[in-house]
Amino acid sequence: MKKFISILLACVMVFALAACTQTGTPTEDKDTSAAKTEEKNTAEETGISKDFKIGFIFLHDENSTYDNNFMQAANAVKEELKLSDDQVIFKTNIGEDNSCYEAAADLADDGCKIVFADSFGHESYMIQAAKEFPEVQFCHATGTSAHVEKLDNFHNAFASIYEGRYLAGIAAGMKLNEMIADSKITADQAVIGYIGAFDYAEVVSGMTSFFLGARSVCESATMKVTYTNSWFDIALEKEAALKLISSGCVLISQHADSEGAPKACEEKNVPNVAYNISTISMGPNTALISSKIDWAPYFRLIIDAVTNKEAIPTDWCGGIEEGSVVLTELNDKVAAEGTQAKIDEAKKAMLDGTLKVFDTSKFTVDGATLTEYLADVDGDFTGETNVIADGFFNESGDGFRSAPYFDIKYIDGISEM
Amino acid sequence: MTKTDKRAHEPLIHITKRNQIPWWKSWMIRAAAIILALVVGAIFVMLMTGYNPLQVYSAMLDGNFKSSRKFWMLLQNTSILLCISLAVTPAFKMRFWNTGAEGQVLVGALASAAMMFYVGDRLNNAVLIIVMLIASIAAGVIWAVLPAYFKAKWNTNETLFTLMMNYVAMQLVGFAIMIWVPSGSNVMGVINSKTESGWLPNVFGQKYLINILIVVAVTVLMFIYLRYSKHGYEIAVVGESENTAKYIGINVKRVIIRTMVLSGAVCGLAGFLLVSGTHHTVSKNIVGGMGFTAIMVSWLAKFNPILMVLTSGLIIFLQQGAGEIATQLALNESISDILTGIILFFIIGCEFFVHYKMNFRAKHGKD
Repeated sequence: MKKFISILLACVMVFALAACTQTGTPTEDKDTSAAKTEEKNTAEETGISKDFKIGFIFLHDENSTYDNNFMQAANAVKEELKLSDDQVIFKTNIGEDNSCYEAAADLADDGCKIVFADSFGHESYMIQAAKEFPEVQFCHATGTSAHVEKLDNFHNAFASIYEGRYLAGIAAGMKLNEMIADSKITADQAVIGYIGAFDYAEVVSGMTSFFLGARSVCESATMKVTYTNSWFDIALEKEAALKLISSGCVLISQHADSEGAPKACEEKNVPNVAYNISTISMGPNTALISSKIDWAPYFRLIIDAVTNKEAIPTDWCGGIEEGSVVLTELNDKVAAEGTQAKIDEAKKAMLDGTLKVFDTSKFTVDGATLTEYLADVDGDFTGETNVIADGFFNESGDGFRSAPYFDIKYIDGISEM
Repeated sequence: MTKTDKRAHEPLIHITKRNQIPWWKSWMIRAAAIILALVVGAIFVMLMTGYNPLQVYSAMLDGNFKSSRKFWMLLQNTSILLCISLAVTPAFKMRFWNTGAEGQVLVGALASAAMMFYVGDRLNNAVLIIVMLIASIAAGVIWAVLPAYFKAKWNTNETLFTLMMNYVAMQLVGFAIMIWVPSGSNVMGVINSKTESGWLPNVFGQKYLINILIVVAVTVLMFIYLRYSKHGYEIAVVGESENTAKYIGINVKRVIIRTMVLSGAVCGLAGFLLVSGTHHTVSKNIVGGMGFTAIMVSWLAKFNPILMVLTSGLIIFLQQGAGEIATQLALNESISDILTGIILFFIIGCEFFVHYKMNFRAKHGKD
């Protein structure tokens, strides 16, 4: 037995030595030389000091399309501004509990000037950290409290993604028109299926704008909605898609973060409009287009603000103009003819202000046109602010807040399955 | 002649059970296992990622000791896992397979959160905390006693029963949050963030010290209870042989129920510490699988509460190290899960060598 152990220990030492000598020195050398060139670049070109650090807190890791979208934007900005690996810190799989506070505080301890968190439930913990570290800027996507909390160093951000959804909806409507023209379905059978994660404002606003976009080109379109009560659940999302398809939906879209629905659509050969990532690789014969928030403009904005010692907007909402709301590549193989032109036309109209997504003359609720709607802008679950003026519902409007508050369930034409 | 025949059939290795092994020898085997695990892990990391394994292990240390915040987190997370491990121990010692610690802690957490939510503004903070503690313990006890009663009365399978109670608890939490946060994505957020009512106070300026002190006290009490009390002895006897227990006049049913009451109460306490002393919120996955990890912690420590300090510390050390590896080296956390898996495999596997002896065939000259 003793012999056995001594042999074992000897092996261990040999391995350990080999491990140190083989890889230790060369990688370290490479690291330092790379760091040196980085430093040079940073100082000369971008004006960002080399002790600048930004920390990111992600709910999941790169396997979630939602988080991956943030990571891609962060990496793009990192490359563009020539930030080194030490200057951009990612913390993944941080839950919506005290671990978010600890992660934020830990990043602040590490010298981050900005801490960014990507999930709705991170908000209260970010605020807690913001109060403790007044010299660090805390930025939070999708949150609703910055304009109520009034802290100098806590900020919310979102994008007018409803505009992107509307444009993606046009692609869907064009596809429905094509199916009707080809006599694959009748006009009455133009039913869209929509899978939502939860039935709250962000999701309702997205599905309504998508539907309005589709109906702007295909008048007979209707929509059925179902919820998974989870942000990321491959099996549930797939099951929901199959359920919608079997109940007569001829086109599917979703607001949930897994590849469950696109893959189900590919299996059943039903066109799909996705969110945040292009799903063409998952469904080459069915993926139509995706709307997406590009977070790079916001990341650039906050880094610039901190570098130039300017204030970060309390509540920032990026749009098409800022490059925050974008569409992924249109899949020509699936899309109907003339889709791109139709989208470009609508986009132009949005930019010059002639097209409003939530134009109250374009939809009814219980058969009536909306003239007033008290939305819950301050986040206490009761509506208090009239957001309808000049003939449209002012979603994510200036002076209100960036996170969506369109929570009307449902406008006529949409029903829950 | 017969002798040579026997030799020809002797296998290269045969295994015999050890009767007694000096403590230093068994600890040497364990230490060797850990070193070997680190080496295998290092080779794996090198092959899969090309990183220097020392870099990976130093990130693991950084994750626990780099700053005082990280060290406090190590202590805090260890104490919560230890608390749950202590809770499952008496039941396991009695051979009652309680796989429901996750749910028992969760209902405890839910009870505390409910008290914070409903009576948070009405009660004085000290009173509120006591009410929360009582509610949590009561909830934990109910969740534990139900399966125990069915087991004692109708001999139902406690493993399945306790396991299923976990899912009931999870749905209950989801349901409660849906009522408390009517339109949202099933996220509760910090409860009473303005008033901080129902939050355990800082002790000596440290947020988690009070949690840690409470768990230290529970550890000592549990050790004494299991080792020196009559109840502890009864638990051991029922665990060894129910018939012996009956023969010497132990009321087995009563011991089962009583022990599960204790188990549930400590789980409820852990739920209280999670809500009042740590997260100040509740969610479906607030326990995060610790109810199951606790089973391993308890087994690894051979149901000894003092040793559990080490085993729970080791698990948390590995977990925190894993997170830091992902952050520092931009690797997916899965790589550190694999490392943790390798290390646990070796630690559990080495118990075989502690209990059994490998006998190699003696060398003989050629016939």
